[in-house]
Amino acid sequence: MPKIVFIEPGGSRHEIDAPLGITLMEAARQHGVQGVVALCGGACACATCHVYVDPCWLPRLEPREEMEEGMLESAWQPRDNSRLSCQVHITAQLDGLQVTVPQRQGQEPGFVRE
Amino acid sequence: MISTIVIIGAGQAGAQAIDTLRREGFGGRLVLIGDEPELPYQRPPLSKKYLCGELAAERLLFRHRSFYDEHRIELRLGTPAVRLDAAARQVELASGEKLAYDRLLLCLGAGSRRLTCPGATLPGVRYLRALADVAPIQTGFKAGARVVIVGGGYIGLETAATCRGMGCEVTVLEMADRIMNRVVAPAVSRYFAEEHRTRGVGIICDTRVVRIEGQGRVERVVCADGSAHAADLVIVGVGAIATTELASAAGLACNDGIVVDEYCRTSDPEIYAAGDCTNHPSLRFGRRVRLESVDNAFEQAKTAALNLLGKPVPHDRVPWFWSDQFDNKLLIVGLSQDYDTQVLRGDPASRSFSVCYLKGGELLAVEAVNHSKDYMAARKLIAERAQLNPQKLADNQVSIKDSI
Repeated sequence: MPKIVFIEPGGSRHEIDAPLGITLMEAARQHGVQGVVALCGGACACATCHVYVDPCWLPRLEPREEMEEGMLESAWQPRDNSRLSCQVHITAQLDGLQVTVPQRQGQEPGFVRE
Repeated sequence: MISTIVIIGAGQAGAQAIDTLRREGFGGRLVLIGDEPELPYQRPPLSKKYLCGELAAERLLFRHRSFYDEHRIELRLGTPAVRLDAAARQVELASGEKLAYDRLLLCLGAGSRRLTCPGATLPGVRYLRALADVAPIQTGFKAGARVVIVGGGYIGLETAATCRGMGCEVTVLEMADRIMNRVVAPAVSRYFAEEHRTRGVGIICDTRVVRIEGQGRVERVVCADGSAHAADLVIVGVGAIATTELASAAGLACNDGIVVDEYCRTSDPEIYAAGDCTNHPSLRFGRRVRLESVDNAFEQAKTAALNLLGKPVPHDRVPWFWSDQFDNKLLIVGLSQDYDTQVLRGDPASRSFSVCYLKGGELLAVEAVNHSKDYMAARKLIAERAQLNPQKLADNQVSIKDSI
């Protein structure tokens, strides 16, 4: 199983074995990685599973589709290496992938989502 | 001193509440009671990817079993709570077990509104709400099977799209003059009706089901105008009703949902409630609402958990909803009631457009069809009570946030 490293909002490192075929979001949620909220469960409808992908891994990911692109535009502090983790499928090429979870999900006022 | 918290309801809200309670440092006894035997799971895919078999059941789960063990969550699954004695602070389960609590959180959800016409209980008439509802529907998925769907709302239309994708002959019967009439603008209804019809789903509006007929099982659905629709399977999606029986029998105030304040408190100081079962104040919209929404269940449960631990936080969110039908994604944010101006952005023929609702220039709600950009921008703008210019808003070359 590919190993994926999540850096949680507090800075702690969470290394997990992710089965092939599921998404990065599902791997995170099943293991309780902090900050990956994933409210819509992977429908690309909420932008609460936003992560930053270690830039050197970007070429190995499928590019963003238009729907994800639009979601990320108003996500909290989007960057060039932003992805919705529900749109990234775990493949063998992603063994060792490192992603960082942003400090918060969503721009709306209100208390910080965790 | 709170030593035992009991949560009734193991859906989105209940699952979130245990998470927040432990994260906030609650170290006492935590019991989660659920009607269904499964670990807490996500409901939205039931009418979509799970129904068509694309998603395995284990991928529906919020957390693995180990999570509950690690966090010392006592699970009582498949054993509904049958009685609540608020004076004695005690819950009785169907198994006979009695659980005493210091604080109780009700996350009872909502149940399918039932058809009451003659024949409504014939075998082959199905509802889609819980995981266990799916398998009996799937056994009816034979190529060419005739599926009649009663109700052109989210559940009915998502299910229609999925059944059509499985090769069934599908007809949707809607009582109102257009599909999703309670939740979207006419332009959005028209767009989705066309999407369904283009793919071979029959959409019939202005029609009322008066009875269901069949010898021993469903064979046809008969409408008020005398028309009959042959059916091997009938799926009913005519709305949901807040589950309040346990609460009202215990004397808690209920009125289209369990009545709570913005701190998720019911009329009993030891009992809180969250999710689809609540009737709560929307601070943003200035009126009481009852929402069937994943986001609301999640946020309200989190808020309830904090308040229950003595950390006062009001529940103040702009609700959002989504629906997947074929390759279309409908994204809705806000509540459009009481609007005075409706603005269409973009051309429905382009398959990507949105409808914005304003009141006195203030953005109330947006319905976005395949347009995540408008939807995401609106989530923030609605919460901020942004004032927008309808003329600029109508120009979809100008972004929503620049339409001032």
